[in-house]
Amino acid sequence: MTADSTGTEYDSDVEAAIREKHPALITYLTAGDPSLEDTKAYVEALDRGGSDLIELGLPFSEPIAEGPTIQAAINRALEAGTTPEGFFELVDDLETEAPLLVMTYYNMILQYGDEPDVRPFVERAAEAGLAGIIVPDLPAEEADPLREACDDHGLDLVFIVAPTTEGERLETIMSQVSGFTYVQARLGTTGARADVSTATHESLERLSAFDVPKAVGFGVSEGDHAAEIVEAGADGVIVGSALVDIVASSDEPAVDLEAKARELKRGARRGADSITVDPEDTPEPEQP
Amino acid sequence: MSTSDHDHDRERDSEATFGDYGGQYVPEALMPALQELEDAYERYVLNNEDGFMDEFRERMRDFGGRPTPLQRADRLSERYDRDIYLKREDLVHGGAHKLNNALGQVLLAKYMGKERIIAETGAGQHGTATAMAAAHLDMPCEIYMGRTDVNRQRPNVYRMRMNGAEVNPVEAGSGTLKEAINETLRDWATTVENTHYVIGSVVGPHPFPKLVRDFQSVIGREAREQVQEKAGRLPDSVVACAGGGSNTMGTFHEFVPDEDVDLYAVEAGGSSLEIDAESGVAPNSATLSTGTDGVLHGAMTRLLQSEEGQIMESHSVSAGLDYAGVGPELSHLVDIGRVTPVSVDDEAALNGFHRLSRLEGIIPALESSHALGYLERAAGTAADTSSGRSPRDEESSEELGDLVVVNVSGRGDKDLETVLEETEKRDLEAAPEVEVFDG
Ligand SMILES: Cc1ncc(COP(=O)(O)O)c(C=O)c1O
Repeated sequence: MTADSTGTEYDSDVEAAIREKHPALITYLTAGDPSLEDTKAYVEALDRGGSDLIELGLPFSEPIAEGPTIQAAINRALEAGTTPEGFFELVDDLETEAPLLVMTYYNMILQYGDEPDVRPFVERAAEAGLAGIIVPDLPAEEADPLREACDDHGLDLVFIVAPTTEGERLETIMSQVSGFTYVQARLGTTGARADVSTATHESLERLSAFDVPKAVGFGVSEGDHAAEIVEAGADGVIVGSALVDIVASSDEPAVDLEAKARELKRGARRGADSITVDPEDTPEPEQP
Repeated sequence: MSTSDHDHDRERDSEATFGDYGGQYVPEALMPALQELEDAYERYVLNNEDGFMDEFRERMRDFGGRPTPLQRADRLSERYDRDIYLKREDLVHGGAHKLNNALGQVLLAKYMGKERIIAETGAGQHGTATAMAAAHLDMPCEIYMGRTDVNRQRPNVYRMRMNGAEVNPVEAGSGTLKEAINETLRDWATTVENTHYVIGSVVGPHPFPKLVRDFQSVIGREAREQVQEKAGRLPDSVVACAGGGSNTMGTFHEFVPDEDVDLYAVEAGGSSLEIDAESGVAPNSATLSTGTDGVLHGAMTRLLQSEEGQIMESHSVSAGLDYAGVGPELSHLVDIGRVTPVSVDDEAALNGFHRLSRLEGIIPALESSHALGYLERAAGTAADTSSGRSPRDEESSEELGDLVVVNVSGRGDKDLETVLEETEKRDLEAAPEVEVFDG
C-alpha cells in the first residue's frame, strides 16, 4: 500500500502515481536507442518535463505489436548491443521521480536466467526498482505464471484492453489488472497519428463501470489529443512513437523531449479542466 | 484463484497446448478473433456443421486434384535395396501440399463471414495456394513475402499476381518467412474485424496448429490406406521435411498411433549446424535438432534464439524451410520420442533434388529434396565410395527399415533458378552439367 499526500491508500506506486497526479502523463522510450547512456539522459528529461510514469522498452527482435517508428528504434537498440543486463543496469542507475515500468515481449522475460522461467526476470526487475511490467504479446489467458511472480515481488502487471475486447473477456481482464489498464486507442500497431480515434471514446465508455485507472495509448502525439482523451474520461495518456521520433530526428533530443512532455502534460490538464467546469457556465454547443 | 478458475485453466490447457508447447501469445486485439476461429474450427471442421467438410473434400477433389498417388519409386527402391514409396503432393493443384490448408482456411473464412484474406509466404507456395483458393472462392487477398524470398522465388510471385492477389514485399531483417509473419500479424491486428489470416504452417497461436494439421492430415490418411493396399502393410518409416512442419504433421498425424512406424522430420542443416551466437545468425533452420524452448509468433515452441531470447536469422537454400521456429505439436512429439528430428545440409538437399529428377522423372521442391537427401544418407549404398561420398550410416539404414514412405511435399519448378545457381557453385555428384543451360 502506498499513501498519497491526502492519506489515501493505493494498491501500488503505479496506481498512486496515476491517481495522485491525475491526469497522468505516461511516456515511452526504447532503451538503448541509440545507446543506453543516451536513454538515461532522455528519461531524465522526460521526468523533468512532467512524466508521471515512464515505460522503458526492453528490445526484442520480433516486435509484432509495434509500428515502423518503434520497430526502427528497437533495431537501433539491438544494433547498439542492448542486452537485458545492460537494461537492468540502466534502471539501477536511474533516479526519477516517476516510477518506471518495463515494456517487453514474453520471450525476453522467459529467457532471462538459465531455464525458460519468468521468475528470474521479475526478481531482477524488482531489485532494479521497476514498478511494473507490460507485455504486449501476453493476453490474460497466458498470464498466470507472470502474474503470480509479479504479486510475490510487488510489481504491477499492466493489461491491455483493445477495441475488440468486450463482454466476458473484458470483465476477466479488468478483474486481473493491477496499476492501470492500458486502453489501446485503435486497432493495429503503435505509431503517432494525426487524430484521436473514435474507438477511444467507445472503449472508455465500455470501461467506465470499472474503478481501475485507465490510460490511453497507440497514436497519441499532441497536447490536443491528450486533452481530448482526458476529457473523454481517461485518467492518463500514453505517448511513445512521438517521443521516439524526437530521439531519431532532433539535434537536441533531451531539450525537445522535455518540452514535448510539458506540452502533453498541459494538454492533459486542459482536458481535465474542461470536465470540472460547471456545464451551466459554458454555452450550449451549436447544433449543426 | 477459485477452484472453478483452475478447472477452466486445465480444460483450456488440454485444448490449447501440446504438452508444454502451444498456447496463445498474441496482442490482446487478436484474442477475440482466435476465440471466434476456435469456435468455427469446432463447429465446421470437427462437427461438419452446414456440411463444411463435405464441401471442403469435394473442392479438394475437383479443384485440388486429390487424392494424390502413392507411387512406388522403382529406381530409388533398387538403389536403396528396399521399397520406397513417394506420396505425390507435388501433384496437388498449385504444386504443393499447401493447397490442402489454404483451401480449407479460405473456405472456413467464407463460412465465418470474413471479407478479406491475408497470408504470409516463404517459398511462395503457400502464398500461391492461398491466392488460388481466394480466386476460386472469390475473396480479396493480400500476401506478405520477405524481400529475399521475393527475389529467389519469382515464378511464385507472378503466379500470385496472376490469381489477383496483391504481393507486399517485406524489407525487414533478412527478408524471409519470419519477417513476413511479423508483418502479416501487424496487418491482422489492424483489420481483424473483417479479415482472416491464413497461416501457412502448423505454427502460430491456438487453434492454428490444430486447424492446419487437420486440413493437412489428408496426406497421411491417404498414404496410410494406399500403402496398405499396395504393399499389404504399414511402412517401417515415414520421412518428411520440416520447415514449420505442416507437410510433416500432415503426413505423420495418422501414423502417430502406429508405434511401430518410425517418423523422421528432416530439417534444413543449411551450411552448418553450428550457431554463431555472437552474430545472431544460424547458418541453418534446424530448429528441432538444435533449438531451445521459447515463444515466437503466438506459441511456445522450439526456436533458434540467443541466450538472451533474441530470435536468430535462419538460413536454408530452400525458402520454405528457412524459419527459426517450428510447430508446437512437432516439438512435443520430438520431446516424447515419437518423432525423430534429423537434418541434411544444403548440398545433400541439392543432390537429392538432382537425384530424384534424374532417376524418377520428378523434379521435387528444394524443401522436399531435404527428405530425399536424408534417404540417401540413411540408405545410400555403402559400396559406392568411389564418388567420395560418405558411406551410409548403417544404424540409420537399419532403422529406416524395408518399407519407407517419403512425402514429396511439392514440385520444384519454382526452384530451378536457385538450383542452377547453387549447383554451379558446387561440385555435386548427382548434378547434370549446368553450364549447358547458359544462353
Ligand atoms: C513444397 C514445400 N514443402 C515444404 C514446405 C515447408 O513448410 P512445412 O514445413 O510447413 O510443410 C514448403 C513451404 O513453403 C513447401 O513449399
